[in-house]
Amino acid sequence: MEEALIQEKVLNKENLSQEKTLVIENLCAGFPARRGEVRVLDHVSLSVPKGKITGLVGESGCGKSMTARAVMNLIRHPGRVTGGRILLEGRDLLSMRKKERRMLQGREIAMIFQDPMSSLNPVMKVGKQVDEAVLVHEHVTHAEAKRRTLEMLEAAGVPDPERRYHSYPHQLSGGLRQRIMIAMAMVCRPKLLIADEPTTALDVTVEAQILDLMKEMSAKGTAVLLISHNLGAIARVCDDVSVMYAGKIVEQADICTLFDRPRHPYTRGLLSAVSSLRDGSEVLSVIPGHVPNLARLPAGCSFSPRCSCRGKECMEKTPEMREISPGHRIRCLWEEPGKKPGEKELETEGLAAE
Amino acid sequence: MSEVLMEARNLVKDFPAGRHRAVHAVSDVSLELQEGKTLGLVGESGCGKSTLGRMLMHLIPPDSGEILIRGTPVTGLSDADFMKYRRMLQMVFQDPYASLNPRMSVRSLIAEPLETYRLHESRQETTRHVLELMSTVGLPEEFLHRYPHQFSGGQRQRIAIARALAPDPDLIICDEPVSALDVSVQNQILNLLKSLQQSRGLAFLFISHDLSVVRFISDRTAVMYLGKICETGPTEDVFREPLHPYTRFLTASVPMPDPHRRQERPKMAAGEMPSPISPPAGCRFHPRCPYAMPECSRTEPELRRCGERQVACHLEK
Repeated sequence: MEEALIQEKVLNKENLSQEKTLVIENLCAGFPARRGEVRVLDHVSLSVPKGKITGLVGESGCGKSMTARAVMNLIRHPGRVTGGRILLEGRDLLSMRKKERRMLQGREIAMIFQDPMSSLNPVMKVGKQVDEAVLVHEHVTHAEAKRRTLEMLEAAGVPDPERRYHSYPHQLSGGLRQRIMIAMAMVCRPKLLIADEPTTALDVTVEAQILDLMKEMSAKGTAVLLISHNLGAIARVCDDVSVMYAGKIVEQADICTLFDRPRHPYTRGLLSAVSSLRDGSEVLSVIPGHVPNLARLPAGCSFSPRCSCRGKECMEKTPEMREISPGHRIRCLWEEPGKKPGEKELETEGLAAE
Repeated sequence: MSEVLMEARNLVKDFPAGRHRAVHAVSDVSLELQEGKTLGLVGESGCGKSTLGRMLMHLIPPDSGEILIRGTPVTGLSDADFMKYRRMLQMVFQDPYASLNPRMSVRSLIAEPLETYRLHESRQETTRHVLELMSTVGLPEEFLHRYPHQFSGGQRQRIAIARALAPDPDLIICDEPVSALDVSVQNQILNLLKSLQQSRGLAFLFISHDLSVVRFISDRTAVMYLGKICETGPTEDVFREPLHPYTRFLTASVPMPDPHRRQERPKMAAGEMPSPISPPAGCRFHPRCPYAMPECSRTEPELRRCGERQVACHLEK
């Protein structure tokens, strides 16, 4: 009996050391189509640890925003989540009652979007909009809400918060609007912040400032899920990264492993496309073809038609996610880097991809 | 040095903003476009780069200043008189979802400029030319009778490029042609533009906020800030050793796709670009500039030539 207790304590301690704020397990989502269903999320699993920034990258239409929307319960009808679990500190969001889940949103999970102009109310002072976030979720006086707002605006790097409190969204620049959005999201000190392309609409000079701000926020204990197509932004702030392609996660690793030793051919293609822009090459490296239509996915590995290293097996067998080193998972049939599946005997071939 | 295809001298454009105020979109900009070369124009949103591109394209008239094509002034010409120059200039826009008429097939989209300039006698000849253009930009023949909604962003941008190529222009003004596209597709389009330049001797004015894209495609680069050009020069020089503090700030802000180089980033100018309705006195960058001197807020630095480069900064003398 005593032993069991001790063991439980040890286990708890282990859990605490790498506390996962958000865990997504085998999440599936789809839209009904004429024949059957178009699956936009296919067994997506990822976790966001407390105080860390986890990146989710991929090209448009790969399902990265859908993942965020599934967590926020924002998938529009007729789309729906068809399976899996979303755990916020161990509580399953999908099995919760509507009202219960509604109460978590905004207070424990907050989200910021790409375009701050269309997410703010144009006829309401920005300060009041931040106040509202506090008033909805907490029983506080208006004066207290305003105090919290001003404090948060200051923390979000809004210069002269007293004056900006009374501004309307159209009077602010894009960067300031995004800072207001961050203040609004963070004012209830959420456990999880989902940022869906927060810097895409901003200029590079402002982007750098906003990314630094997100890093500061996560250092204070908030788990951040950063969704972006910009590998530069991901490299600058994230601790872990998941790469998505056609509704599936294809590679998952910590930031340095992913950039130093990418294993999935899609990740490698993306990275070399970005780096060839900088290293002065005459011809840029490309991934041939384009993203497949989710309603007509190719058989086998979804990336196989565009993959330069595909073997025969790739067109027949659907690869499963597997761990190749601690914390580094890929969805690919390759046994070794640069070696095509089904060519295990031909030792010398296939190193061209290096 | 190659010949000058187009020259802009002291272009100014203000837009009325009500209450006797004006947005000073472009203030006193001069630049040269050389035959068969690419000039990259970079700057943050609202710096006036698109307005400048549209003025060169004769889409909006400048308030003052001159535009010369191969030495002939074309600024005051009516649209009808400008027709013979317009054929030499074409444009590719940012958003391939908005710039193609959704009710026109690929054939009619690409044939439209050919018909406008009456380049062919018969329909068959036109179609043959359309197919030729389609293969130049990498569109398969079977797409001829499809409509824009059936294509992805990258393919649409190829249609837009084929359309721009149709009248056999000397200069194509590309206004953010790849910023709506994903990386892998963006590179396909950039490779296409570069190879078209080599095979056809085209000149490009390449407007973009993405520095790495401009670095790849341009021979020369001009950096714009708040309606003024603050630095120009051969692309590699400008990027390797930026002279103007704004250029330095801009190049340092680009996030590197390398997690090991996170810390390599100078703490520099904070804040954002001021409003072009009331640009700051003196050097327009001085409120954000970490090296600002008292002189910077009093007198506006001129664009001075140093070797092949030009820079407008009091520090560079």
